Amino acid sequence: MNDPILEMRGVSKSFFGIKALRAVDLTVYAGEVHALMGENGAGKSTLMKILSGAYRPDPGGEIRIEGQPVRIEGPLGGRAAGISIIYQELSLAPNLSVAENIYLGREISRSGLLARGAMREGVGPILERLGADFLPSTLVAHLSMGQRQLVEIARALHARSKILIMDEPTTALSAGESERLFALIRQLRAEGLAIIYISHRMDEVYALGDRVTVLRDGRLVGSLDKRDIRAEAIVRMMVGRDVSSFYKKDHDPGAGKGHPVLTATDMADGKRVKGCSLTVHAGEVVGLAGLIGAGRTELAHLIVGAAPKISGRLELEGQPIDIRTTGEALEAGIAYLTEDRKALGLFLDMSCLDNINLAVLGRDAKLGWFLDRDKARERADRAFTGLSIRAANVGVPAGGLSGGNQQKVLLSRLLAIAPKVLILDEPTRGVDVGAKSEIYSIIDNLAKVGTAILVISSDLPEIIGICDRVLVMRSGLIAGEVRRTETAPLTQEDIMALATGTEHLDA
Amino acid sequence: MPDNAASKAQPAPVMTNGGAAETKRQRVRMLISALGMLPVLLILCIGFHFLSEGRFFTGQNLGIVLQQAAVNTVLAAGMTFVILTGGIDLSVGSILAVSAMAGLTMSKLPAVGALWLPVAVLTGLGFGVVNGALIALLRLPPFIVTLGSLTAVRGLARLLGADTTVFNPSIPYAFIGNGSLILVPGVASIPWLSVIALLVILVSWLVLRRTVLGVHIYAVGGNESAARLAGIKVWAVLIFVYGVSGLLAGLGGAMQAARLYAANGLQLGQSYELDAITAVILGGTSFVGGIGSIWGTLIGALIIAVLSNGLILIGVSDIWQYVIKGLVIIGAVALDRYRLQGSART
Repeated sequence: MNDPILEMRGVSKSFFGIKALRAVDLTVYAGEVHALMGENGAGKSTLMKILSGAYRPDPGGEIRIEGQPVRIEGPLGGRAAGISIIYQELSLAPNLSVAENIYLGREISRSGLLARGAMREGVGPILERLGADFLPSTLVAHLSMGQRQLVEIARALHARSKILIMDEPTTALSAGESERLFALIRQLRAEGLAIIYISHRMDEVYALGDRVTVLRDGRLVGSLDKRDIRAEAIVRMMVGRDVSSFYKKDHDPGAGKGHPVLTATDMADGKRVKGCSLTVHAGEVVGLAGLIGAGRTELAHLIVGAAPKISGRLELEGQPIDIRTTGEALEAGIAYLTEDRKALGLFLDMSCLDNINLAVLGRDAKLGWFLDRDKARERADRAFTGLSIRAANVGVPAGGLSGGNQQKVLLSRLLAIAPKVLILDEPTRGVDVGAKSEIYSIIDNLAKVGTAILVISSDLPEIIGICDRVLVMRSGLIAGEVRRTETAPLTQEDIMALATGTEHLDA
Repeated sequence: MPDNAASKAQPAPVMTNGGAAETKRQRVRMLISALGMLPVLLILCIGFHFLSEGRFFTGQNLGIVLQQAAVNTVLAAGMTFVILTGGIDLSVGSILAVSAMAGLTMSKLPAVGALWLPVAVLTGLGFGVVNGALIALLRLPPFIVTLGSLTAVRGLARLLGADTTVFNPSIPYAFIGNGSLILVPGVASIPWLSVIALLVILVSWLVLRRTVLGVHIYAVGGNESAARLAGIKVWAVLIFVYGVSGLLAGLGGAMQAARLYAANGLQLGQSYELDAITAVILGGTSFVGGIGSIWGTLIGALIIAVLSNGLILIGVSDIWQYVIKGLVIIGAVALDRYRLQGSART
């Protein structure tokens, strides 16, 4: 093959002392599709943001484009160096036309006036080359997701980019749109563009990838050429790390044989969740694994009434129950810990005391209306001691606490209702290691007293470390269940195979 | 990884070394935000006292200030409920007018004239609940809904009196508008209007700080999505706050009617909503909701009344009073921004 178009040597990036990327090398040639894989948090997006100029790499590494060392700085640096990125969340202005979007920031003007006509003509040939079925003057708001992606690609070509980075481009696309995108990617490859393709999906990597590079924990694990690309090998490269010993699982692992507490049947929302059934027993910790976008959070939202369902039945301790709002769920004893504690969980300006007591204020109230301040303070003090929440006092605003302590405050609110069912969505996201192991102990202790627990997590070692069995979701469906047996423990490979849909490919 | 970076950017836990200093700083910050504009109010009072050669701190003048602050205090109390949820109520001036018109019209009916007071208040409540229902149930933006009712209700107010001024020199309960509660005969008295305003503030404080509903109001303003997920009936909270704002506008209308023995659907309560909003913002309540106190609103309303009174005392022309008050509003919002920078929200 000819000389590489992009060479990265020893590129590192740290945030506040945490290494997000450690001396990563990456070589990309013109006319190839280079797949970049890794678990969530492996460093793919950090790498991408360095190439776009959003992050500045730590000193010491080197980036060469067509053999020339470059420094990519500022948000326009990537584009100036010939690199365009198409993010998962497209970055188009829906209120502007296709042509205006393509020219965004580089508008043509004649004596100070916007030359719309010239801009429309300027993008015509590119749209034609891409086989677009819409006009330069169409408003982006009127385009489908697939068409919008085409606009993004057109923008990259128009900027004469030589390297195109695509981050999970098919997430929002239908099957037909994905097929058209693949055809287009092959066309661009033939035209000599280098494409870095980030995806979780094994089938896409098989279909498109000329080479695969795998990242894990910010390190380069290795690269495979097309003839060596095998699901098995990639999965092992992606997950192969030791499960540390800080996971705690002292509760009775045979609890799965206890009585069913929560049974959900055929839950669907008509969008992301397409008919899921599951059962959680008393004293059991069940994992819900799957890739981001598989519909895990959406399924949890359906169960607790945070989103409207189009079908599905719930049973709580054998009794059918109708839940339409999260208030009703809490009343019934089903508590949900959100994955986004800042946007959907905590009241950052309110005190820890109010945050902890919020769900039980009405139950505790005197005369039905008036706050029982003694009871509230007692409860908050108990939570601070019991969960070892570290803050000056219960009166400080929750927003000032560290991630781990915020999570424990939110957890205290749910525990205040003494839930029968506890659904935890990414319970240790953005939490430091110490608080993580404390949260694992809390989960373990709740299981011991008979709480039925469902844990959604993208952290596979965590799921394996704390769960009794694991349900795996893929594309809105429960793809399968991984159980531990007398002889074989839960394995990350089994879960990943179900999550990425490679169990058939391997067979 | 960006996740990680974000969590690392958070301030460290407050119990580590130097925790005491951190706590102290937090205390000072809380004290500053609690005191808020009180020092400004005191400085204004003292400044006007000297500039007016000692005419500000007299019993009679203070009585006038309190009386002038009363109606705006009542409106601003209702506005505090609304702004705490992150909303706005532009219609209070119009609701005040329609309530006063309804009350005065009622007071002229011989048999049931004494019922004019509850009629005025309930008229206000009714319009407030309609605002709240449109906002909570149809999910329309508060600014748009109350901008609409600002106009529509003003029209209804004119309709009630056939676009004339309604008089009733013998209106029942006239004492609340012009009488005073005698504390020490011949020495100290306080206008009934101010007594009502103070009671409204006290009840508001009780609701906001001592009831479950109060916590829910702060929660909705602080983070509406989280409130919904926490099982709070957000729609009920919204209808309540706009209902309260309407009810208090109705009470304000009754106070005005009793004070003037008259009401005019076109002129009464014009741009009162602006004074009420100014008082709330001056009082330190955040425009995005979730942060603020009713005591701040009381101070804000007093600042506005002192400003009007003091500027007249030192002989500033009517025209310049507008300019100065306008600058005070902008200054207050700038202050709001500055305060928010220090909070957890950013």
